[in-house]
Amino acid sequence: MTQYIARRIVVTIPLLLSISIVLFVLLRIVPGDFADVYEGMEGMMSPEAAAKLRHSLELDLPVHVQYLRWLGRVIQGDMGRSMRTAEPVTELILAGLPVTVELMVMSLVVSVVIGVPLGIGAAVGRNSKLDLLLQPLGVIGLSVPRFWMAVMLILVVSRTFHWMPPLFWVSLFENPGDNLKQILLPVITLALPMVALIMRFTRSSLLEVLGEDYIRTARAKGLTEALVLYRHALKNAMIPVVTVVGMQAGYLMGGSVIIEQIFSMPGIGWVLLSAMHQRDYTVVQATVLFMAASFTLANLVVDIVYAYLDPRIRYF
Amino acid sequence: MKSAAIDVHLQGRAFPTLDGIQAVGRVIGKHWVGTLGMFIVLVVIAVGVFAPHFAPYLPDEQLGARLDSPSPQFSLGTDEFGRDVLSRIICGARISLYVGVVSVSISLVFGGSLGMIAAFFGGRVDSAIMRCMDLLFSIPSLVLALVITGTLGPSLTNAMLAIGIVYTPRFARVARGPTLSIMQQPYVEAARSIGAGHLRIMLRHVLPNILASLIVQSTLAFSTAILTEASLSFLGLGTQPPDPSWGTMLGTGRKFMEFAPWVAVFPGLAIMIAVLGFNLLGDGLRDFFDPRIRRRAQ
Repeated sequence: MTQYIARRIVVTIPLLLSISIVLFVLLRIVPGDFADVYEGMEGMMSPEAAAKLRHSLELDLPVHVQYLRWLGRVIQGDMGRSMRTAEPVTELILAGLPVTVELMVMSLVVSVVIGVPLGIGAAVGRNSKLDLLLQPLGVIGLSVPRFWMAVMLILVVSRTFHWMPPLFWVSLFENPGDNLKQILLPVITLALPMVALIMRFTRSSLLEVLGEDYIRTARAKGLTEALVLYRHALKNAMIPVVTVVGMQAGYLMGGSVIIEQIFSMPGIGWVLLSAMHQRDYTVVQATVLFMAASFTLANLVVDIVYAYLDPRIRYF
Repeated sequence: MKSAAIDVHLQGRAFPTLDGIQAVGRVIGKHWVGTLGMFIVLVVIAVGVFAPHFAPYLPDEQLGARLDSPSPQFSLGTDEFGRDVLSRIICGARISLYVGVVSVSISLVFGGSLGMIAAFFGGRVDSAIMRCMDLLFSIPSLVLALVITGTLGPSLTNAMLAIGIVYTPRFARVARGPTLSIMQQPYVEAARSIGAGHLRIMLRHVLPNILASLIVQSTLAFSTAILTEASLSFLGLGTQPPDPSWGTMLGTGRKFMEFAPWVAVFPGLAIMIAVLGFNLLGDGLRDFFDPRIRRRAQ
């Protein structure tokens, strides 16, 4: 087991390295860099000042030299400074992290708590009214565009309930009440497609497991249906569901960018987007690298949990 | 499957008989999900292709009063420049279809061939290709699309390119799996022993067998492409105004939600219907091609 984990971790490092290289090169190879934006914005920046800015940002060095310097700093823990505000990037990321993490974790929890029981209910009562109702809802839930739903939710809530969440972001520790009010709508928006997905997956996975022979044996032994379900069927059915939930990490990260934009939440997605619009390379590459690293880490965790649950795949 | 059921009922009589119609009805009833999806998709395609015929006004014409609510003259209202929302939505269908076709073609062709090649040659080629795919996989798709469009510059073409790139690894995986198992089949060995070259084996033996999964994946990719393009345009990194992409309309219309919600609501509804149609179609196709379900049906 530890060998498996160690092997997986070892593979991750070159992966992250290659991502950083690709990002770095991509951002710098395209014509038009940060100094150009500054020039455009200020309008009056003289070519000498622009050249000086470029030099201070190391943009005039050859790409591979820039990369190696950057790498050297990253290893020491310094991810550079924002080109725009000269804030250390690490601080920016850490500032935005709690917001995004809260959003993602709550969405995940909500969708699992709602999706799994619904899926079980649909599978157990196959073709019952509940099932037939949930199936189309599931597909619709998957197809709803997040941003549209967010916009609709804001509209409906403000029109019918005449209620708007507090505007400026309050952290959970400062004021839990306000924070929960703020995070309610974003979580609903983000969680809905996941609920639909988890529900469908739980249902199909459970249906497949219920058709297996050992379930028939358990029933033949005389176990009550509930016991059959909880002791035998559910544990095995949950395995693919865990994988799916883990894969949602990527979707959550991408979705958080949009949601944070719509609801004006100062999270990592928002940081990335603003940096993107301003061509703030250091922030962009650090943020994307961070997201990729978290995503890879999440996948790793899912794989480990999967290996733990299903010993068969441990030795591949 | 379908023709067998109908043949038994028809028994030589010409269609349509009541029995024949009932048989078709039964088949459609069993596959109502896919049929509904196909219906929606066909409507969307028709609207997109024949957009100029359906749209009452030009999408760029500033005819009406600004931010006018839906009226007999402008069925879905007007936007902030006085343009007819309905016409813009109809022309937006064209853009969405365009995006879908181009980006899915890119990822299908590149991803599919890479996956086939990886599984076909195996060994180091396989690991090299799949390593690259893993790299693309490890960045969340929207983030990757964001970065690519952001660096290349926001435009429709770059958005299509970005979406195509983002979806390539998925197609590679979908193509690689079945190809691996096909390579083990005796007929491949037989073909090689009579001197069939690589290309011939790939095109003649591998491709027809992985076609089913590729088709299903393409349909689902289409819906995601539409959604991703809308997201990118919404964030300002995709289609640029004044092009009537549904995502851009939603993005700019957001400002007027308080007093003119129709500007944003209807494009979003259009997105949802189109994505829903393709998802249903993809689901229906997947069930149709799934050998287990087919066997159970017979």
